[in-house]
Amino acid sequence: MDFNDTPEQAAYRAEVRAWLGANAEPRKDRPSVSRRLDAEEGLALAKAWQARKADAGYACRHWPVAHGGQGRPMIETIIYDQEEANFDVPTGFFSIGLGMCGPVMAQYATQEQQARFIPPLMRGEEVWCQLFSEPAAGSDVAGLRTRCHRDGDDWVVNGQKVWTSGAHYSDWGILVARHDSSLPKHKGLTFFFIDMKSPGIDIKPIKQINGGSNFNEVFFTNVRVPDSQRLGAIGEGWQVAITTLMNERLAVGDAPPPDFREVMKLAAACELDGRSALEDSSVREKIADWYVEAMGMKHTKARTMTALSQGKVPGPENSIGKVVSASKLQNVSSFGADLMDMGGVITDPSLMPSDALFQQSFLYSPGLRIAGGTDEILRNIIAERVLGLPGEIRVDRDVPYSDIPTGN
Amino acid sequence: MNFDFSDAQKALKQQTRDFLRAACDTTVPRRVLEDTDEPFARDLWQQICANESPGIAIPEEVGGIGFGYLELCVVAEEMGRAIAPVPFSSSVYLAAEAILQGGSEEQKERLLPRLASGESIGTFALSEGPGQATVANLQATLRDGRLSGTKMPVPDGDVADLCVVVAKDGEGASLAVVDLAAEGVSREPVDTLDPSRSHARITFDGAEAELLGEAGQGWATKDAVFNRAAVLFAMEQLGGADACLQMAIGYAKGRYAFGRPIGSFQAIKHKLADMYIKNELARANCYYGAWALSTDAPELPVAAAAARVAATQAFHFASKENIQTHGGIGFTWESDCHLYYRRSKLLALSIGSERVWKDRLISGLERQEAA
Repeated sequence: MDFNDTPEQAAYRAEVRAWLGANAEPRKDRPSVSRRLDAEEGLALAKAWQARKADAGYACRHWPVAHGGQGRPMIETIIYDQEEANFDVPTGFFSIGLGMCGPVMAQYATQEQQARFIPPLMRGEEVWCQLFSEPAAGSDVAGLRTRCHRDGDDWVVNGQKVWTSGAHYSDWGILVARHDSSLPKHKGLTFFFIDMKSPGIDIKPIKQINGGSNFNEVFFTNVRVPDSQRLGAIGEGWQVAITTLMNERLAVGDAPPPDFREVMKLAAACELDGRSALEDSSVREKIADWYVEAMGMKHTKARTMTALSQGKVPGPENSIGKVVSASKLQNVSSFGADLMDMGGVITDPSLMPSDALFQQSFLYSPGLRIAGGTDEILRNIIAERVLGLPGEIRVDRDVPYSDIPTGN
Repeated sequence: MNFDFSDAQKALKQQTRDFLRAACDTTVPRRVLEDTDEPFARDLWQQICANESPGIAIPEEVGGIGFGYLELCVVAEEMGRAIAPVPFSSSVYLAAEAILQGGSEEQKERLLPRLASGESIGTFALSEGPGQATVANLQATLRDGRLSGTKMPVPDGDVADLCVVVAKDGEGASLAVVDLAAEGVSREPVDTLDPSRSHARITFDGAEAELLGEAGQGWATKDAVFNRAAVLFAMEQLGGADACLQMAIGYAKGRYAFGRPIGSFQAIKHKLADMYIKNELARANCYYGAWALSTDAPELPVAAAAARVAATQAFHFASKENIQTHGGIGFTWESDCHLYYRRSKLLALSIGSERVWKDRLISGLERQEAA
């Protein structure tokens, strides 16, 4: 048992580190470049960075050579990501495209389409988004209502999608729509990729409870999509979507700070009952709980890394990540505000410890427990796929979609 | 990155699991639990000693087989899974470790071979009753090589041959080895939450006691021993937690209510998913603790505390929610659920409560921060 790279991995890490050192600024104790800039400037910078990475052979290194990758083991991609995290580079704009859209195009698009779309996706020249969730189809995404019907060589799409990250700056999107409501819900779906600049697409930002707008609503009014942009057979949309969602579980990363470190620092600086809050046993107990969770996640990732580094498929232990980290973030944030007592309600960064990080994440964290699979859905997945418990009894599985009760 | 046990260690784990599955199914801890005349499963203990398990991590020079602590960790996990009713933890994680950490070369050579072979059973006595023991409140006192005072509960204290005792010595505390057959020692079993592991109240009345390590420095040695033992206890707790999860899954698949397996209800699924989550967090922390123990890493105090806290939480949660998953049958004496529930609390308190270990964890982090 050790935590060292193999000689090969160490050599690769050194190479990556040297390249990053020559091409990027080390991360400093300040908001990252993606946070400092507005979206437009950030995107331009991110595109330039992604292209530079791709030219140097560090983008999608584990993808097959035929798809523009290097055909290298996944561990090299992870080593690169670990090293890149120490540098102040713009991130986030391409995670949906690289994590979900690229793999689905590689699996279902024609050779010509792959040649046309994958290289610019990988280089960050074209940004992609994902159009699955709907107002009436969240956890039950197969219950989606957006319709499509065939008209000559095209399909015509009508309906509404929601929670689409980056729709407003995306060039392309992947979409699931319902072509036949008389079929059971999973069987009446078809999958496409679409031009986000098509006529009839209307994009509106969603204002979140934290005041930010990281997502959009996307409305479709008679949007025409060529049949050549269908991925998978007519009626095979659910299977295609499932492959994509599998990738999302890996693509959605760690919860951002604050974590036990930040609470510990805060507690040391706060006074409670006339002494440092860090001397209070109830505070110490809570920090210990979060430390154990944080280290549990860290070492679980080390187990996953070990499997990948041995060329094995990681075990199911990876599935616990978001359930643990999202709740932890919410609890840590709330507790951090508590430590500031009556002053903990203030959100002005200039007046608050850690620039009001605890207050900001208090309002942001509820979303993490929902995005990319709710806590409840993830627990179902653990119970059914990892522990082998029987599936939920489905009352809507074998009936025509049009007969399923809809409620509100 | 190689954060995994080696193939040989995994093979040892599988062998131990197979052996214990055959030699220690739940009828064995139940037998000891129900039979007041059988303080531990002697037949099982003999087989464990024949397998040389007590000496796994004890160096060859002093009678062990000198494999190492990762090997001991995989065995500990299986002991915990089997809720084995034997004095393994007292003799191996506590007494032998105390002698290894605090003893002179002569003491190691004299005392360890017998513990390694299982010919002698050792134990460790700190607690003197309800409440956290501290240097300040210790009543047992060492003076001129004689020990006086009462210790309880002492794990396996009714059957052990030697005991490492923490006693007041001047202003500080010392560790001393006492032969429990010697004059001035009287002992009687004391009832505990888990009668499958016997405990005693031991009264020392001027009993001959041999200093282990430097006089007055015993508390620090005790802490060092407990840090090491914490990883091993955590491995046992992890094994027990996993056994509870497997038992609950088995029951949830086979028990039908409202015309369907109860495992198809989300209320049960989510409960079992939570058990799995806590167990995996504990497993990751335990493996890290095992690494720190096996390499004597400076991270050991924090890693051990984290493993201990995570495994205590996991076993407690799994053992109580296993009963809940079983419903009424889980509350009966006849069901095995209570064997794990009892063991989980026993192990949770064995070397100090969860609260104490959380405090040690944060103190360790503070020291790391200051360094």
